[in-house]
Formats: sequence, C-alpha cells, structure tokens
Amino acid sequence: MMKLKAENISFSYNKKRPILKDISLSLESNQIIGLIGDSGSGKSTLCKIMAGYITNFTGDVTIDGKEISRNGFDPVQLIFQHPEKTMNPKWKMEKVLRESWIPPQDLKDTFGLKDNWLTRWPSELSGGELQRFSILRALNPQTKFIIADEISTMLDAVTQVQIWEALIKHCRANDIGILAVSHDKDLLDVICDDILYFKELNHL
Amino acid sequence: MGKLLEVNNLSISFTQYVQGLNRHDLKVISDLSIDIDESEIVAVLGSSGSGKSLLAHTILGILPYNAHVTGDVNFKGQILDQEKKEKIRGKEICLIPQSVNFLDPLMKVSQQAVGECKDDNERKEKEKRQREVFAKYGLDESVDDLYPFELSGGMARKVLLSTALLNDPDLLIADEPTPGLDAKSVEETIQDIRSLKEHGKGVLLITHEIDVALRTADRIAIFYSGYVIEINKVENFLNSENLLHPYTKALVDALPKNGFKLTEGVQPLEDVPGCPYYENCPIRLDKCQNNKPELIEHDGIMIRCFNFKETGSEEVVSEETGSEDVVSEEVVSEETGSEDVVSEEDNNEEEINDEA
Ligand SMILES: Nc1ncnc2c1ncn2[C@@H]1O[C@H](COP(=O)(O)OP(=O)(O)OP(=O)(O)O)[C@@H](O)[C@H]1O
Ligand SMILES: Nc1ncnc2c1ncn2[C@@H]1O[C@H](COP(=O)(O)OP(=O)(O)O)[C@@H](O)[C@H]1O
Ligand code: SF4
Ligand SMILES: [Mg+2]
Ligand SMILES: [Mg+2]
Repeated sequence: MMKLKAENISFSYNKKRPILKDISLSLESNQIIGLIGDSGSGKSTLCKIMAGYITNFTGDVTIDGKEISRNGFDPVQLIFQHPEKTMNPKWKMEKVLRESWIPPQDLKDTFGLKDNWLTRWPSELSGGELQRFSILRALNPQTKFIIADEISTMLDAVTQVQIWEALIKHCRANDIGILAVSHDKDLLDVICDDILYFKELNHL
Repeated sequence: MGKLLEVNNLSISFTQYVQGLNRHDLKVISDLSIDIDESEIVAVLGSSGSGKSLLAHTILGILPYNAHVTGDVNFKGQILDQEKKEKIRGKEICLIPQSVNFLDPLMKVSQQAVGECKDDNERKEKEKRQREVFAKYGLDESVDDLYPFELSGGMARKVLLSTALLNDPDLLIADEPTPGLDAKSVEETIQDIRSLKEHGKGVLLITHEIDVALRTADRIAIFYSGYVIEINKVENFLNSENLLHPYTKALVDALPKNGFKLTEGVQPLEDVPGCPYYENCPIRLDKCQNNKPELIEHDGIMIRCFNFKETGSEEVVSEETGSEDVVSEEVVSEETGSEDVVSEEDNNEEEINDEA
C-alpha cells in the first residue's frame, strides 16, 4: 500500500487573488476519496498541483514521504472533464492510446472500447467514447494514483455507471487510489469510501 | 396558431473523406421531430453523442460546413432558412452553448455579456442588468474584467448563461447549462429557466442531469444514436416502470440514487438498418434487427419501439397491426424535407480552460 499526501498547499494564479491556502489531504492506494466543492473554488487547481501540472506552488506533494519524480511517467495521473482537450486532434485514436501504453485486450473489453474506434479521429467520437480512451490511457501499469476531476459530468447516466464500475474494478484489483472530484453528492455517496469538503480543507 | 418551434423530420449527415478521396456519409441524426410551445419547457436527455448539441446547432444555423441537413425548422409558423436563422439568433432565439469555446477569448467577459447595443442608453441599461445577473450567480465585480481563460469551468458557464438571459429571447436553447456547477448555482439556473416559462417563453433544455429536467420540464424527450426514442411526461420519470423504452428505463435506473444500475453496451457508431438499440436491447425481437420502429403515439406518449410494455401492465404491446414494418425513413425524409446545406464555424465541441 502507498500513501499520496498533499501538505500545506498554497497557490494563487496572480498575487491579488489567492486560490488555495494551507490545504492538506492524503489518500491511500486502496481508497476512493471524494472531493466536493463550489465551482470556481479551486478544486481543479488542486488536482493539477497534485498531478504535477502546476509546479509554482508552496507546500509538498509526496508519495510515502518522498517527493514525486515528474520526469518520465508520472505515477499520479489526472483525468479531465473534457477528454478532447487532452488529445491531439491530428492523431487517430490508436496513436492517442499508444502514446501512453498498449493496454491488453481484456482491459479494452472492460472499458467497452471497440476496435473500430481506433481508426477514428477524436472529433468523430462522442464524449463518452473519448473518456473511455482517456481513462485507459491513464491506467498505464506505472500509475499508482488517479485524480478524476469531474470525469463523468459530461456523460449520460448509463455511461457514467459503466465508466466508474470499470475504473473502480481495475483500481481495486491493482491497488490504485482514486481522488474523485465531483459536484454530485449522490454519485460520491455511491462510489467513495469517504468524502472531503473543499471549503473545510481550504483555509482562505 | 402553431407551436413556437417545430422541427420536422430532421436528418443530418457528415461527409467524410477517408484516405484521400473515398467519400463516406456518416449519418448522425435521423428523422427527428420535436416541438416546443410557448410557456413550455422541453428537456432533452440521452446518450452522449446522440445528437443533442447538433439539434441545437441546427436550430441556430451554426453547423459545420460538411453537415448535410434535410427536414425543416419552423419558428412562430415560419420556416427558418439560413438567412433567417442568422437574423434572429442572439435575439429571438438564444443559445447557452455546451462548449465554453464559444466565448471570445479576446474580450472581457462583462463586455461579451452586454453584447451589441444600439445606443448609449441601451448600453447603460444592459450594463446595469449585466451586473445584476452576474451578482445573482455569485460573480463579483472582479470577474467583470477577467478574460475567458481566467475563469474556472463553472464560472465560464455562468457567463454564458447570463449572456443569453440578458438578451431576453422568446426561445432559449440551453445546451448543458449546469455541469460542474455547485448546488446553489444550479438552483439559480432552475429558477431562471422557470421564470422564462412564466413569461410565456419556450425553453429547449439539453441536459444529462435528470434532476434539473425533472424540476423544470413539462415533457422530456430521450435521444439515442440520433433518434428520438421516447417523449414522455415528467411525472413518469419518477419511476422507471412508467417509462416505455428499455433505454429510457436503463437511463433512469442508472442514476446514483436509483441504484446506479449497470447496463452494458454502447450506441452504434453508424446508423444501423434496424432499431438503433437492437444490439443492447434486453427485449428485442427478431424483426428489430432489420426493420426500423417508427415514433408512434401511445396514450399521449411518443415511443419508438416494436415491443414496449404498456404502462402499469405486464402486457406487451406489439406494433404489428398498425404500422407495418417501416423500412428506413431516410428515403421519405430526403424527398419531402427541404434541402438546406448550411455552413459556418467549426463545430468545435467542448470547452473549458480546464487545461489552460
Ligand atoms: N463535424 C463533425 N464531423 C463528424 N461527426 C460529427 C461532427 N460533429 C458531431 N459529430 C458526431 O455527431 C454525433 C452527435 O454529436 P453531438 O455533439 O450532437 O452529441 P451530443 O448528444 O450533444 O453528445 P454529448 O452528450 O456528449 O454532448 C456524435 O457521434 C459526434 O461524434
Ligand atoms: N489559468 C488561470 N489563470 C488565472 N486564474 C485561473 C486560471 N484557472 C483558474 N483560475 C481561477 O482559479 C479559481 C479556481 O479555479 P478552478 O480550480 O478551476 O475551480 P474549480 O475546479 O473548483 O471549479 C477560479 O477563481 C478561477 O477564476
Ligand atoms: S424496437 Fe426492438 S430492439 Fe428496439 S428497443 Fe424495441 S424491442 Fe428493443
Ligand atoms: Mg473544476
Ligand atoms: Mg452535446
């Protein structure tokens, strides 16, 4: 088991408006923790810090007490609300996926990934189809933690269940921890072991 | 008097060039009809990629250049051609787009919300209302001077919503107005949509959030793979037993608070010869594979299925007697529908500065 820790995180995009102040939270690799909060309060900003997308913050992000190496494959993978924004529109899906790794067939089946999607461009697939790719892409064997920032917000309810069931099954079996950000309390109640409230974490 | 908005037998396909010169027509909406009355809110729910945004873009006349459209759009009894669509959009018909890419990246958000004005008086008036509407959504004065890239996803959505409301349209088309919004802002949105209705306006509300639809809409239309498969009264969505189509039932049972029930399967990528739900349908019949069910009326409910269960009874209603296996309505709509190839703007679905 491993432990991902964010300690005393503070950050602002510009000096006038502080966004995060002294935020601390931790997540174990056998846990699914929910994070709920107002829009614009800084949840996505915190996610980007934990996944290494933003580096000019103060505080520490560690795994088992050690600083995370962000060179090479990052063990903390962020999945976004809008998969199409993270894919090169000039690459076919096969290449988009291969950029990270080549998942085995059974994993593709678990995520309902159809072979005839692989030859399409990102613009030719729906949000639900693309989100299956971006999750599978994040499940590289070196991944230890998944930060899921509103990943099913743009999806219909049937697809939402499919995606969460598959992701949770895989993460439980492979000892991968999940931080699930959502505004949907009903959803977090169903999928999470515990729920954190962003405004209680943020000491602004 | 007819309805405020009537969309009749709409079909949309995209021309694609596969490997150079091989032309391929991808059909994404088929024989779609829907209407909205004054003082009515019609919600559209459905699978992702089922064509909800494309319907919105058709009504506004902002489909991409490679879209081929048949069927017609009537507004206040007049057929809307491309020219008319351009004339009334942003005025009589307003869109809250799903994609925040619709915001102008180079313009401060308060200016965008105010939009074009005839004269200084109108500008002053609109600026005042802009501040009121922003304030109501918790956007304080420091937000007025921000550019779109500086907004969070939820804030951008509030700006889009305020922009549409400021124009006081007769028909509002709201394409996913609430995803990522916190409970309080969702509440405000619901109130605003209801108040349009009270003022005699019509609203087409596209959403994945069934709660929002339940709390606002008069009727709910369900889309699947480019087809309307059911249009039902709001109260019937409280219990999936009262819904007719197997996909609609699956959708309602999949809600976290209704059991988070798993249904396998994805919608087909290409239009199929038979029922679009055939591959995943638990109650399919042999004939469903190669024959298309038509959208028919049953007790005031519209349903597209050969084998739906009648509400409240165990009896299965079979459509064999009435409409004989209708094979592919494509042919029909292509002949009757007025051709209308629209161009404009890239259909850059999706949004948000999440990655900015
Ligand atoms: N320019 C295009 N070229 C080819 N296919 C397209 C184009 N635009 C949309 N599509 C396809 O048309 C279908 C319907 O798209 P649309 O955006 O209307 O879906 P939607 O119902 O709004 O989905 P969501 O719930 O994800 O917003 C999808 O399968 C999509 O991939
Ligand atoms: N690239 C950016 N530049 C400046 N401000 C930003 C940027 N991205 C987000 N913000 C601001 O940071 C705050 C938090 O944003 P975000 O983390 O996206 O919120 P949440 O995910 O909780 O909705 C918002 O007030 C937003 O305006
Ligand atoms: S028409 Fe047939 S396949 Fe389609 S939903 Fe009805 S029973 Fe299922
Ligand atoms: Mg966010
Ligand atoms: Mg859409």
